Amino acid sequence: MTSAMLFMLLPLILVTATAVATMLMIAIKRQHGMSCSVTVIGLSLAFVSLYFVMPSSAQQLTPLMKIDAFSVFFSGVILLSGIMIACFSYPYFSNLEDHQDEFYILLSVAILGALVMVSNSHFITTFLGMETLSVCLYGMVAYPLHRSVAAQYPMEASIKYLVLSALSSGFVLFGIALLYAQTGTLQFSDLGQALSSGMGPVPPVYFVLCCLMIVTGFAFKLSLVPFHLWTPDVYEGAPLPATAFLATVGKIAMAALLMRFMSESALLSNEAIVFVLALVAGASILFGNLLALLQSNLKRLLSYSSIAHMGYLVIALITVDRTVDSLGIEAVSFYLLAYAVMSIGAFGVMMVVSDSEQERDHIGHYQGLFWRNPWLALVMTAMLFSLAGIPLTIGFLGKFYIFAAGVQGAQWALLFTMVVGSGVGLFYYLRIVYGMLTPLDEDLILPEAGLKELVPHCLLFVLLLLLLLLGIVPGALMQWLAEMASAL
Amino acid sequence: MIVLILVATLFVGGAIAWASEALDARMPRVVALLSLLVSAVLLLVFSLNSGPDVGSPGGQWWILASWSWIPRFGIALLVGVDGLSLLLLLLTIFLGLIALGAAWDEIKERVGFFYFNLLWTIAGVVGVFTALDLFLFFFFWEVMLIPMYLIIAIWGHENRAYAAMKFFLYTQVSGLFLLMAILSMSYLHYVQFARFSFDYFDLQNIALVGSLQTWIMLGFFVGFATKLPIFGLHSWLPDAHSQAPTAGSVLLAGVLLKTGAYGLIRFAVPLFPEASDSFSSVAMTIAALGILYCAKVAFAQQDIKRLIAYTSVSHMGFVLLGIYAWNLYGLQGAVMTMLAHGLSSAALFMLAGGLQSRFHTRDMRQLNGLWAKLPMLSAMALFFSVAAVGMPGLGNFIGEFLSLLGAFQSNPVATIFAALGLVLAAVYSLWVIQKVLHGSLQVPNEYSNAADLSLVEILCYALMALGLVWMGMYPQSFLDVSEASLLYLQSLSGGAA
Repeated sequence: MTSAMLFMLLPLILVTATAVATMLMIAIKRQHGMSCSVTVIGLSLAFVSLYFVMPSSAQQLTPLMKIDAFSVFFSGVILLSGIMIACFSYPYFSNLEDHQDEFYILLSVAILGALVMVSNSHFITTFLGMETLSVCLYGMVAYPLHRSVAAQYPMEASIKYLVLSALSSGFVLFGIALLYAQTGTLQFSDLGQALSSGMGPVPPVYFVLCCLMIVTGFAFKLSLVPFHLWTPDVYEGAPLPATAFLATVGKIAMAALLMRFMSESALLSNEAIVFVLALVAGASILFGNLLALLQSNLKRLLSYSSIAHMGYLVIALITVDRTVDSLGIEAVSFYLLAYAVMSIGAFGVMMVVSDSEQERDHIGHYQGLFWRNPWLALVMTAMLFSLAGIPLTIGFLGKFYIFAAGVQGAQWALLFTMVVGSGVGLFYYLRIVYGMLTPLDEDLILPEAGLKELVPHCLLFVLLLLLLLLGIVPGALMQWLAEMASAL
Repeated sequence: MIVLILVATLFVGGAIAWASEALDARMPRVVALLSLLVSAVLLLVFSLNSGPDVGSPGGQWWILASWSWIPRFGIALLVGVDGLSLLLLLLTIFLGLIALGAAWDEIKERVGFFYFNLLWTIAGVVGVFTALDLFLFFFFWEVMLIPMYLIIAIWGHENRAYAAMKFFLYTQVSGLFLLMAILSMSYLHYVQFARFSFDYFDLQNIALVGSLQTWIMLGFFVGFATKLPIFGLHSWLPDAHSQAPTAGSVLLAGVLLKTGAYGLIRFAVPLFPEASDSFSSVAMTIAALGILYCAKVAFAQQDIKRLIAYTSVSHMGFVLLGIYAWNLYGLQGAVMTMLAHGLSSAALFMLAGGLQSRFHTRDMRQLNGLWAKLPMLSAMALFFSVAAVGMPGLGNFIGEFLSLLGAFQSNPVATIFAALGLVLAAVYSLWVIQKVLHGSLQVPNEYSNAADLSLVEILCYALMALGLVWMGMYPQSFLDVSEASLLYLQSLSGGAA
């Protein structure tokens, strides 16, 4: 490995260094603010370094890592999400009775795992990245273990996530092993050939089954129906920053990985796999939206809505086909960016009014917010409208992209499902908005947590700006994504 | 350019109105009035000083302008005004002023935000009537929806949550079908001409064959027909109307319903001539059914606003009938009905709102013999009811007559049944007049000393009445403006449908 190749890994190295630095800092002196700032600064440096490592063409660094425009884009989204969540975590954890600092180590290492996931096309690296991310998430989900109120939920959520995530990793690993047994290679790209022709005496159906095992494992992590059962409980039980992290970084890294897997392995040339994915997408859209309908806990509601959103995403994923000039890759990239913005925004508002002692995650907590705190209500409404896919917001263009990709791929049945799902989705998003519009009889006082801090509000402002800006003038970003997709 | 200024005036005016609430609670309505007056003056100056530009496609566009927006998908800010758009723009701004008059004294809470929503709705409608890039059109189509939702959800009556949600769901879901159809068109353009385009003029060149054309046409039809609304997709309308505050009802009935008809005339039929041709008998049957059914249902209502809402659906049937006849008489009839119904239904909703604010009820069983108490209001009610029925000499008569005349040439059976709707209209209107205005006075006791019309109200009603008389007595001044546009649209479809 030459120094030029090492330089390409700079973002990963910087994130690792951040984790180590934070750890050493804690060993010297525990100081919550310092730990948080070191993490934020380290991650920001890693983000800046992306600009310098941006390659003109795809770079294979050893068989294990691959840096290209695609990995840089997703690394950027992941790092930005991480930075924002770290900033939101500070006020949230300020009054935790436990030590707060280790959370930031877990966060950095989890981001490292996510970055590895989006920068490779090799099963071993994929698996390592996935496990790094998951193991850190177990810790993050269970973090406020000793908080005085309702401490059992984080533990329950963490165990649930641990067991099911390990199970899904097992599926992935088993699939990989079976593939390796026949092909002797772990590169995504070698899989396509095996799928289409079979290898020697082994029929293609063997490979289809192996691939389906791997896809099943991925579907677990993306919480697609019917592998979604862990989602609401884990979302509800985890502390808000961990939920936000799981919902954004966890999903984005996984979806990006799945997309690379699909596009490089030519998996989609097999109709059985497309059929299974289409079924999963349709079921996710319908069940996610229907189950979200009557939730009164915002975290649960957003968890079901995330299931539906991942279902929409799979529609575009199915159309990721390298042979034609496809919109699929652009659509997935744009949608994931949009999803990151609006999810962090929605969770951000919740984090601002919550703290580790009491989470404001019930719809009732937000009743009349429009008249109590117009600013927060405005942000929340914009995020919800975006999630619902209303114009002027980035969410609308994301949905537009998916529609375009679906029309291109002639996935009419799925698009119809998406229309129905979006209609149902509107109902529960609007229910929250309507709640915020309905005045309260007595003036409920908002809790303090992040309300007095400046940084979270600035971040919310940035997110709102991004939401509107990319929703109204997305031309430049779209152009860039198109170039990126064609360069893949 | 004029379009941009118009939309900007309304958007910015809305924002300023909201902000100005901090200074004084009476400021927002003044700001809204100013911004609407500026728009009205701009539009009047434009319509008096310009005319069709001979060099434009079809030689009938008054103005066409385009700016690049999202090059990746070939999306541009393409706007254009022709005779048809112009008439509807004038109606929109005029009814915007009327809605402002209706809200002037009624809205007392969160005033700034109300006028913000009011102006943004109007801005969205102006965008819809002028956008010629289908993406931009869809964008405005949705933009006008959210503020209207908020108007119903915040300032509505007792059952507003339900009504607002229903309104939003119906329009949004049908809008997604529209989006799917628009995207299919764009993608077909990509397949046939190697680039995405949402340009109205580009999309006319697409070769569409067989069932594909029918499916895409149905996507457009469902999107627009829900807004119109047609019989079968109308159930959001009575709820939305009866729960909305007066200004909301005025805009909904007067303007928002017309966007659906406009979409049908501008897009659904000309872009898919053959499919529309074979679909026309279905559409005209639906129209006739809607006219009769909703007239019958209107007769059974006790809530005045619900009654007017059902009559709206019934009258929109004549519009649908005229459109799918797709000859000059039918189309002119549809346009005239849109304009006249815009005024008459707005006035009727304002009257119903006036009754509600005076007596705090919309239940006809509690209101009898108002003529003795409120002679001016009752006279107005009589005038506008009679207008809505289609009394010769007023605008609605011209519209419905032309619609039926055109429709008879293409589908006599449906037309004959539809014409029966005029009889039913007379029945329910006269019944209401007799029940509410005549007889012995009976109103809820605690509000028995209600005052007659205020100055603002008189002004609004007088203007609307004047408009209806003008339309009825000298309809040629309106027909002349829209004729070139309608002939152009017919030429696009090769005269089919």
